[in-house]
Amino acid sequence: MRGPQLSLNQTQKLRLEAALEKLESFSSKANSVTVADTIPVNYEDGVLKGHGTSEIDGSVVATVCGVVERVNKLVYVRALRARYKPEIGDIIVGRVNEVAPKRWRLEINFSQDAVLMLSSMNLPDGIQRRRTAVDELNMRCIFEEGDVICAEVRGFQHDGSLHLQARSQKYGKLERGQMLTVPPYLVKRRKQHFHHLDQYGIDLILGCNGFIWVGEHVNTKDPTEEEQASKSEQEQVATKLNRNAASLEEQERTYTPLETRQNICRMANAARVLSTLGFSITVELLIEIVNLSISLKSDIREMLGSEFCVLVAEVEAERRSAKIKKK
Amino acid sequence: MEYVSPEGLRLDGRRPMEMRQIRAEVGAVSKADGSAVFEMGNTKVIAAVYGPREVQNRSQQLNDQALVRCEYTMSNFSTGDRMRRPKGDRRSTEISLVIRQTMEACILTHLMPRSQIDIFVQVLQADGGTRSACINAATLALADAGIPMSDLVTSCSAGYLNSTPLLDLNYVEDSAGGPDVTVGILPKLDKVTLLQMDAKLPIDTFENVMQLATEGCKAIANYIREVLQENTKQLESRRGT
Repeated sequence: MRGPQLSLNQTQKLRLEAALEKLESFSSKANSVTVADTIPVNYEDGVLKGHGTSEIDGSVVATVCGVVERVNKLVYVRALRARYKPEIGDIIVGRVNEVAPKRWRLEINFSQDAVLMLSSMNLPDGIQRRRTAVDELNMRCIFEEGDVICAEVRGFQHDGSLHLQARSQKYGKLERGQMLTVPPYLVKRRKQHFHHLDQYGIDLILGCNGFIWVGEHVNTKDPTEEEQASKSEQEQVATKLNRNAASLEEQERTYTPLETRQNICRMANAARVLSTLGFSITVELLIEIVNLSISLKSDIREMLGSEFCVLVAEVEAERRSAKIKKK
Repeated sequence: MEYVSPEGLRLDGRRPMEMRQIRAEVGAVSKADGSAVFEMGNTKVIAAVYGPREVQNRSQQLNDQALVRCEYTMSNFSTGDRMRRPKGDRRSTEISLVIRQTMEACILTHLMPRSQIDIFVQVLQADGGTRSACINAATLALADAGIPMSDLVTSCSAGYLNSTPLLDLNYVEDSAGGPDVTVGILPKLDKVTLLQMDAKLPIDTFENVMQLATEGCKAIANYIREVLQENTKQLESRRGT
């Protein structure tokens, strides 16, 4: 039942089935297991049981549905449709749930809310100093409930809570764009998760947790020297407040051109199509789909229709078969 | 009333040891972490699993394991006579509890501390054996959500009418007032996690009836495995490298 819930006509149905069948034929004989399946292992070499496995009567048994992966002695099951499992250094997109003392709580599709401490992020004016009680009171000037934020996974604390950090200009609040959620197994960990697509004037962030941000491109500017003028503490806070208020007005005045907004929607719809089809989401593939939709001169809303969905499936099947032939 | 004809056929034409046709599908609810539809003849149940997620009520948070919650509801249109069902009546509270305890036995809750797992099951069509259908649907939905479990729980009911053990009672047989044994097992570990009977049976007949129900559970387990295997293969092949 999972997969595109579209009203397909007969030809579209056949085409989609053919494309998906083609894709299935490419997949190597993946040794997929379900819950409580015994995983065959060679006991003489010694076995390390990883995630998704347990031991029953001396044999290794899967505890989730997924694909068996082996790395030397380690045997683990990579679960497909599961919630996000954080790893240190992952770049994630999250939404602020709660402003708590000295910290924000973020919803990141994990089994608990993540914690972003006030002390583990750069202040908006870029000054390095101790966070005072005044800063704590002004936390809502930085992030409010409902804001979308980009951050990096810092690690687990002793009490088991997940901590984030945002110690660079590229992290922080995301504005003027849209966030969409896809299953996390479709986003692969890569070197680069921030993408500035110059040709469309948009920024794309593929969060490892399956939250994807598509927004207007913003220039990350370095904090200027003049801001660090020697002022008394009180004055600094006052000016900061003023500046925040001023920048808010400024932001409201900043206008996103229609073309950029259309590009944002096109890119977001491309990601939506890929996630309904269950294809893994990469920048190259997204750009390819956006270009396909532009070359077909199809409307943005038509991208979510059945015809485009079938087309994407066919293109992907073609692409993967070409890739295999090259090998 | 005659529930088994002299030819050895039941009211709906089944043999005493025959199960109704079963059908299962995963991924019925798009926004849930895991979901499934399970059908046993005319009984149809939908299950959705949310979580592991942040605990909603902080006072219920457990520091060493996950909190499992379950809600069972019966749709107004699920039975022959359309009834308004108040939320939280005795029957549904009891079944919610039964499902929760059965599922908690197989979920590896210690792997997800300080989180909560919500299981929602709703009966869309009731024709006897809703309890076992709900458990089977919940198992599928949990497996779909990628929640680690020690084994799949499957459940099946059996009864004893006209001095014959009958597998998988439908509504008419269920309302005959005879004994109705609901069994839930962990097929791999070969353990029983649920055993319910609200009547009296001699011990030797009870053994036969329970044996029959256990066989039914194993048959369901095989089917559920196939469905899950098929689903995993499909997801992996579509994702590509």
